[in-house]
Amino acid sequence: MTLTLILTRRTLLRTGLAGAGGLLLPGCDRLIDNPAVRGTLESAEDLHRITQRALGGSALAREYGEAEMSPVFRANGSREVSDPVYRRHFSQGFANWSLALEGLVERPLAVPLHALRTLPQRAQITRHDCVEGWSAIGRWQGPRLATLLDMARLKPQARFLVFHCADLYHGRPYYESIDLADAFHPQTILAWSMNGRPLDEAHGAPLRLRVERQLGYKHAKFVTRIEAVATLAGIHGGRGGYWEDNGAYAWYAGI
Amino acid sequence: MNETPLPPPPPPQTTPRGGDLVLRHRLPTRLWHWINAFALLVLLMSGLMIFNAHPRLYWGDYGANFDHAWLKVGSARTGNSEVGYLEIAGRRWDTTGVLGLWTNPDGQVQRRAFPHWATIPSRYSLAEGRIWHLAFAWVLAGGLLLYLLWSLAARHLQRDLHITRGEWRPAHLWQDVRDHARLRFPAGAAALRYSVLQKLAYALVLFVLLPGMILTGLAMSPATDAWAPLVGEMFGGRQSARSVHFLFAMALVGFVLVHVTMTVLAGPLNELRSIVTGRYRLPRGERA
Repeated sequence: MTLTLILTRRTLLRTGLAGAGGLLLPGCDRLIDNPAVRGTLESAEDLHRITQRALGGSALAREYGEAEMSPVFRANGSREVSDPVYRRHFSQGFANWSLALEGLVERPLAVPLHALRTLPQRAQITRHDCVEGWSAIGRWQGPRLATLLDMARLKPQARFLVFHCADLYHGRPYYESIDLADAFHPQTILAWSMNGRPLDEAHGAPLRLRVERQLGYKHAKFVTRIEAVATLAGIHGGRGGYWEDNGAYAWYAGI
Repeated sequence: MNETPLPPPPPPQTTPRGGDLVLRHRLPTRLWHWINAFALLVLLMSGLMIFNAHPRLYWGDYGANFDHAWLKVGSARTGNSEVGYLEIAGRRWDTTGVLGLWTNPDGQVQRRAFPHWATIPSRYSLAEGRIWHLAFAWVLAGGLLLYLLWSLAARHLQRDLHITRGEWRPAHLWQDVRDHARLRFPAGAAALRYSVLQKLAYALVLFVLLPGMILTGLAMSPATDAWAPLVGEMFGGRQSARSVHFLFAMALVGFVLVHVTMTVLAGPLNELRSIVTGRYRLPRGERA
């Protein structure tokens, strides 16, 4: 214990002194590899989630007019999907495709794309903020996720919704998850339409999640299956999403 | 860092003179100074890492690769040679070796904006840059809030930073500019007070640049933008806020460079002692 303390203090001292000479970096590189340091720094994510939820409640993300839309909406992440089942549906115009909603629900659903288009719709022109720093404004349309959840009736244990996607990113399945606060938010929709046209492949055809108020990587594309779960542990890497597992991005991406 | 009375305690009726050791900075000022300095360094370097993820700046609400960027860092190939460049408003500067194209310690050519020695972490990782940045943002914001509250309560702002009507006079301002340019620093009791340029610089940092960094940072948060859209609108939209965030950061770097230069010119050991222990030896001189 004492030894650890001394070492830590020495490390800190060295880091501090080295910093003056512009050599802070190797210190920081080493520090973040220390689980205790990393855990402390990452716990800021809880502060972000708690303060944003407390101050923001269910506030709506800003919506824009048509004149304010980006002339070109950049596509990011997977721009095409190689999965053979997806390719078959794609060639059929997704006519026989359906979205699965299962897990901790009273009534599992398989909703065809045409049914998603005929459910009550919400259209919103919102700003998509990528974690990298860029933004694009586009128009999204689809049924509210809440509508489908009401149809399937969540079991009381359900706390998160996991969005399983058809694409592999760098060889691993893409997925994302949100909690119930975001799932029932009025602007959380399953968009099949972007800028007045059916989604193209680069932007996540046939269906993508829009979870406004969070960064772009939460907006899962190529969604094929939604799973209601009690915990995120045990799903892929257990941190609730592709980038959370593979890139150490925050699960709460409101900031 | 204790607050024991300084030997010899000056009788209240006499003004301290050149050569006296006086209490210059109180403990909260010294504490905040160093916590803030460290936080700003981490925020700057992790911020440059975040910038590297998308080294382009825009005005307005949206902005991505197909939109017009007013500032851009990148690399370009002409014939057999490749250069790193900084482009501002259409003008390009060759920055090979520092910005846009540089070599990492392993000898590999990198095409990122800021080089390894300027970013946290030194290897490219947007996720880790964000972890550092968003954790230390709380240190910056919490520290600034506590310091400003203390400064008000302890009358530090009113007593030491308040710019009097006399100091606003152009003649006085001009005199202070001339004194600074000639490196004529006050001596004796006059050295206890900040000059008007110092007050302006510290006020700019405390009331414009640091709060501006926090507000433009918040303006970039999609969650904050939902419940406090005014913050983003104040700066003209999210991408404008991102640009201002970057410009204010550069202004803070400029402040630190001037600040450190001035302390070196004014007597580095005495200045450093005053911001570590609080004690400052008043300079002797004809203006005492």
